[in-house]
Formats: sequence, structure tokens, C-alpha cells
Amino acid sequence: MTWIFENWERFWEVTEVHLRLSVVPVVIGFVLSIPLGWWASRSQTARAILFPFANILFTIPSIALIVITPVLIGVKILDEINVIVPLVVYTVALMVRAVADALAAVPGNVVAAANAMGFRPLRRFLTVDFPLALPVTIAGLRVATVSNISMVSVGALVGLGGYGQLFTEGYQTDNTDKVLAGLIGTVVLAVLADGLLLLIGRLLTPWARVGR
Amino acid sequence: MGWLFDPAHWSGSTGIPVRLVEHFGYTLLTLVIGALIAVPLGAFVGHTGKGGFVIVGLSNALRALPTTAVLILVVLWAGLGDFPVYVALVLLAIPPIMAGTYAGVRAVDPVTVDAARGVGMRESGVLLQVEIPNALPLIFGGFRGAALQVVATATIAAYTGAGGLGRFVFDGLALQDFGQMLAGAVLVALLAVLVDLGFAGLQRLTVSPGLRPVGTGGKR
Amino acid sequence: MPGYAERVKVFGIYIQGGPIGVVVATGGIRRVIEFRAVTKRFEDGTIAVDELDLTVEAGTITVFVGPSGCGKTTSLRMVNRMIDPTSGTILVDGKDVLTVDPPTLRRGIGYVIQQAGLFPHRTVLDNVATVPLLSGWDKRKARTRAAELLEIVGLDPAFGKRYPAQLSGGQQQRVGVARALAADPPVLLMDEPFSAVDPVVREDLQNELLRLQAELDKTIVFVTHDIDEALKLGERVAVFQTGGHLAQYAKPAELLSAPANDFVASFVGRDRGYRTLTFLHADVPVHPVTTARLGERVTITDWTLVVDEQNRPKGWLSGVDGEVEVAEKDLISGGSLYDGTTLRGALDAALSSPSALGVVVDDAGAVTGVVQAADVIQALAKARAAGEVPK
Repeated sequence: MTWIFENWERFWEVTEVHLRLSVVPVVIGFVLSIPLGWWASRSQTARAILFPFANILFTIPSIALIVITPVLIGVKILDEINVIVPLVVYTVALMVRAVADALAAVPGNVVAAANAMGFRPLRRFLTVDFPLALPVTIAGLRVATVSNISMVSVGALVGLGGYGQLFTEGYQTDNTDKVLAGLIGTVVLAVLADGLLLLIGRLLTPWARVGR
Repeated sequence: MGWLFDPAHWSGSTGIPVRLVEHFGYTLLTLVIGALIAVPLGAFVGHTGKGGFVIVGLSNALRALPTTAVLILVVLWAGLGDFPVYVALVLLAIPPIMAGTYAGVRAVDPVTVDAARGVGMRESGVLLQVEIPNALPLIFGGFRGAALQVVATATIAAYTGAGGLGRFVFDGLALQDFGQMLAGAVLVALLAVLVDLGFAGLQRLTVSPGLRPVGTGGKR
Repeated sequence: MPGYAERVKVFGIYIQGGPIGVVVATGGIRRVIEFRAVTKRFEDGTIAVDELDLTVEAGTITVFVGPSGCGKTTSLRMVNRMIDPTSGTILVDGKDVLTVDPPTLRRGIGYVIQQAGLFPHRTVLDNVATVPLLSGWDKRKARTRAAELLEIVGLDPAFGKRYPAQLSGGQQQRVGVARALAADPPVLLMDEPFSAVDPVVREDLQNELLRLQAELDKTIVFVTHDIDEALKLGERVAVFQTGGHLAQYAKPAELLSAPANDFVASFVGRDRGYRTLTFLHADVPVHPVTTARLGERVTITDWTLVVDEQNRPKGWLSGVDGEVEVAEKDLISGGSLYDGTTLRGALDAALSSPSALGVVVDDAGAVTGVVQAADVIQALAKARAAGEVPK
């Protein structure tokens, strides 16, 4: 623990990088997965294409995806994009299923009632389906966020920033304290992000807590 | 893809078959150890209904643990070798298996459990003959999730000099040999698919046909 | 409103599901269940059962009925120790259940619950064989016994290979009953077993239970919230009141004619005078009726009952004068059928028929004549004069 206090500035610096590298992909991935998940919730064909594809994406080791990305999109190996793109891919792979499951679980009679009252599809999606799908969607988002925060560290193995740098440097200089500092930082960040999403979810879906 | 199909890379103690077996070995033993820890815990808590928040909290905390850091820490404490790899991977495998088992046992219809007690099963019978068999689909879900993660993450073992398919990725990286890196990644993904297929087969053999989605046989 | 054809079909299933000639030995044990000052207070302080004193007689169907939260299910579940009482004693055949280890006790008491609670991962046959296997029978003997049981509850033994998810709700419930009977327990506990199935199937299952009981002579405790079901099945009915009090414990006819308090009176319902007819059996004169078959050319003068080849009712024909050809499209569907059992059935048949003539059928569903409402009222007056109707 002493390392953190003795090297506060450095610790804060890697925390910032780590946060940026994990939150940006979650946001991009989440936005992308909403239309994809909506498509998968409505079409058998979409599911047959998206779900197996998402499964295969999951099997690619993160370190491999990080080293392959620069070659595929033609940027330098030390660019932050190389962590962001793989993490977006993982987020989408996870969230497509979560959003699809969440939308599929919206009670059919509610949808039927909304249709009967004359909602047009887009408005119904935004004001009925999506809000009702939020609890399950946010549960998925929490898993994606926590695993992203933990996965960003892998980028350090190829020299990118974040807490992972403390791991590799600690390993090379035999400094257990430094590794531990990065580990604690990762876990605290994950727990905070998870708690924040939980709170947001509760504020957005007050109906889910009443009547229990 | 030339690197992958070069016969020279398919033989010897650092060839593809040896690395593949090493990687599979890490995965298998990790899952066995993980199961021995996570299944009894998840099943017990699921059966008694007490301490569910501990399971959920523990799973989430373990999920947040960066595998790289655990690996490096154990290496710094205990030295190089396979032991740090197993510690890091087992910690990775426990959350999905434990959560799957817990959720599976909890999800068994209370009416079915009530009936099991009502016909005179003892608690051990209720758990082993009714709850676990009915929880198998979700338990397998947990195992397959764990297996995917373990296969993919076992790659990192090579960072501290251990074996497995990660060797190709890290050696390739050091030598700027893109073909070797890609070959490593493809092989890991391939192994993951094979392991998942293996689990799917095992699942078909062990899960009662009565639990398959309705409409796969007979009339409704 | 189903026409005659559908009604007869329902009857048909019942008849097909009837005795197949397998006789089950009951071992000649007569059991009595006694509740002595039994109280159950849950951890949150609510009193589910309050000082219950009640004796269930051997070889009867005793129904516990009442609104939700009245303690009827808790009382039932204390018999096989699914719940233990806070105070008081429950004796089965003179033995305090608290002295028996629960699994052993439960293997000797059949237990049927709502939605059947079948094991989804086991075949129907293995579900039925559960208790014999738990009691240490060898597998072949247990399976043979299970196949026998399926026939007893009116299921084709071919169902044995299926899984519960492949059965209808009614079929699942039959399997539930078979599972409870497998080890031939002298006592059967049934907790709202038929409340999750549709009314037609429920009636079918109720009749089936009465038939089984006539054959098996078990001591059955049956819990329901449906007063009609209670009155139909129970030889004795215990009405529970919210708060776990036993309001009245009596024969069905007595509950209807002499409810112990306002609660019982309102619970058994407003038309209890009409319902009392269910428990009265009296001769009602059966009149002849003009019948015709489809496709025949007949001269219609009055209400004519159209029947099929087996003489089963299909519907009424009326209103046309002169000679017509009997066609399906002209039929007016009929009311309920009277099978010669209770006055209630006779009156309902007459009241629900478009011709005001209640169709009387025999066991095979064939028409034997018609009854009129006035005759039923007269039969009732006669029975009353003879002192057969409780006041």
C-alpha cells in the first residue's frame, strides 16, 4: 500500500489512462449493441448470425486481439486504439446477447397493449420496450464494465498504459508492492464502476423495486 | 497463415502439438480444480438458500481481479513454474462455475423440491437426485463460460515463461513475427471452440432429455 | 356453450378412464389422523393454525377448505412433517408423528401437490417408481409396480417413457396421484391437487379420485379453496377461517343446511338451497321423448331430440312445421345431461335445456328419456315430507 502514497502522481496518472481505456470501449460497445440486440430480439436469422459470431469473438485471447489489431487497421502497436478496438469487440459480443435477452423478456401483453394504444415502433421501443429491458441490460453492462476494467491491464504486456504498466514494471524490477498497487487499483475501480451502474440502474427503474 | 502450415513448426518439443497439449492441460486441470472448489460451494449455498449474497459478492470480486497481476504476484512470491499459472487461472474459473451452480440449484422449481421432500427424500437425496440433475443445464453454462475464459487467458501464462499456445504470441511479439502471433491466436480460438464442443457433447450425454426445451419430442 | 357432442366426449373420456380391473391391496390397515390442540406460529409471529382439534376418520376423504391464509395447507403439511407444529400433537394411527424421522414418515404417506411437482428430469415411469426405489425395492419390481399404477390412474402405460413436459396438466396430475400411490400408503395427503387444471379436466380428475377411492379405501386429506370441490369430494369437510380457526367440521349436507356461523354461511355461498340438491337422491319420473336421426325426413310437431347412431344426444330441433330433412345446421345445442344421480343434476338438465326438457342418459351416454323441472320440485317436496331433507 505504501507504494501508492509514495508515488501518488504516477498512480493517479495510470488510473486516468486505465479509466479512459476501459470506459470508452464500454460506451461505444453499448451504443453499438442496442440496434444489434434489437435486431436479434426480433429475428431468428439475426440470432443465428450474431450469437455464434459473438461466441467466436470471445474465444480470441485478448492479448492476441491486441497484437493483431494494429496490423489489421494499420496503426502503430503503441496506439491506445489497439486496446479500445478489442474491448469494443468484447463489449459488443457480450452486450448483444444481453440486450436481445432483455428485450425478449419484455412481457408480451405490455407490448400488445402499447400497440393497441397506437404507439409507432420507434416510440414504443424508446418509451416502452427499452425502459422495461433496462434491468437485464444494466446487469449485462455491469459484467461488461467489470471485465473490461480487468482486461485493460493486458495491454501493458505490449507496452500500453493503465494499471497493467505497474504489473509489468513490478515484474521486471521484482517490486511486489507495485504489482499489488495496480491490483488494488483495478479492483477498487471495478467495484466503484459496478456500484455506480447499480445505482444508476436503481434510479432509472424505480418500478423494479416496489411491490416486492 | 504460412507460419501455421509450415511442417517445421509441427514437430519438436516447442512445436504446435506440444504447445497445444500444454495449453489443453492447463485448461483441463484448472477446470477440475475450479470445479472441486466452486461446485460444492455453489450447490450448498443454492440448496440452503443461505449466504447467496456471499456467493454473488465473491464472484463479482473475483471477476474484477486482473489475471495478469495475480500471475505476476504469485511468480514473485513463489517463483516461476506452473503453480502461478494454476493459481491465476483457477481464480478466473471459479466465478462462472460457482455462479452457474448456485443459479442452477436456485432455479429448480420449488414445487419440485417440495415434492422431493414430500416423497421422503433426505436432504442429500434432494440435492443429488433432484436439484443437481435439474441444475445441470445452468451448471454446464457456467463451465462453458469458464472454459472459454480459461482457454483464452491461459495464453498469458507464456508471459512469465510458462508453456502453452501463448508462447507463439509472445515469441512472435518479441521477434515482430506477425505470422507466428496470428497462428497462436488462431490456435487458441480453435482450441476454445473444440473444448466448447466437447462440453456440448458431454451436456447432451448427461442432461436428462426431460429438461430439453419443449417440442423436441412427443406431444405437448 | 358446448353442444351435446362435446359433453358426451367428456363423458367418454371418463368412462374410458374407468376401472381396468387391476385391484390394489390396501393391506387392511385403517388409519386415523388426530390433531390435538395443534398450533403453528411462524417466525414472523403470524398464527397459521390455532389450537386445532380434529380427527380424520380412517377410509374417508376429508376436505380442508377455506380462504387463503386460513391454515388449511399448513395443517395438512404438519401431518407428514413438511412443517412441524409449534405446540400440540399429531397422531397418525395412534403414533406421534414427531417421534418418526421425517423422510421415513413421508415414505409411508402419499403426497400430491398443485402442479403435481413431477421431477422434470425423470421419465413418467421413474417418477412413479420414486418412493418404492427410496424404500429399497429392486428396480424391476418398482418399475412393474409403476406401470400398474399408470393403468390404475387411467393412463396408457405407453406414457411411462415420456417426460413430464410432454404431458398435459391433467395427465401430469394423474401421474402425481400414481406416484403418491406407488408404495401403497394407507394415508394420502392432497394439497390443492386440481386447482391448476381447467374446469373440464378438473371435473374429470375429481370423478376419477372418487372412483379410485371407492376401490382403494384410503384415508385421504384433501385441501382446496374451492367449496364446490370440497362439497363434491368430501365425506367430511372442515371449514377453516382466516387466522387458523376451525369454523365447522361436518358432512357436506349439514354444512349447507346448518352452517355453524355467518362465516361458514357466506363461504358456502348464496345458492346453498340449490346446492343441497346435490346430496339428495330421489326418483324423478322419466318421460319418453321424440327422437330423430340426422338425414332422416321427419314431420316436426313439437321439440324433437336428434341423436346419433349410438342414440347419444346431438341437439334439439323445433319451430319448423311439416316434413323436413334433419340437418346438422338446424340443431339447437342442448343443456347439461342428467345421468340419474342427484336432484341437482336433474333440475339443471331441465333448466338448461332449450326445450325445458332435461335429457336423461345412461352410462354409455345413450338417451333414455327426459325430465321436467316441475317433477324435480315435486320429488323434493316428497323427500322433505318423508324427512329426508335436513332442516
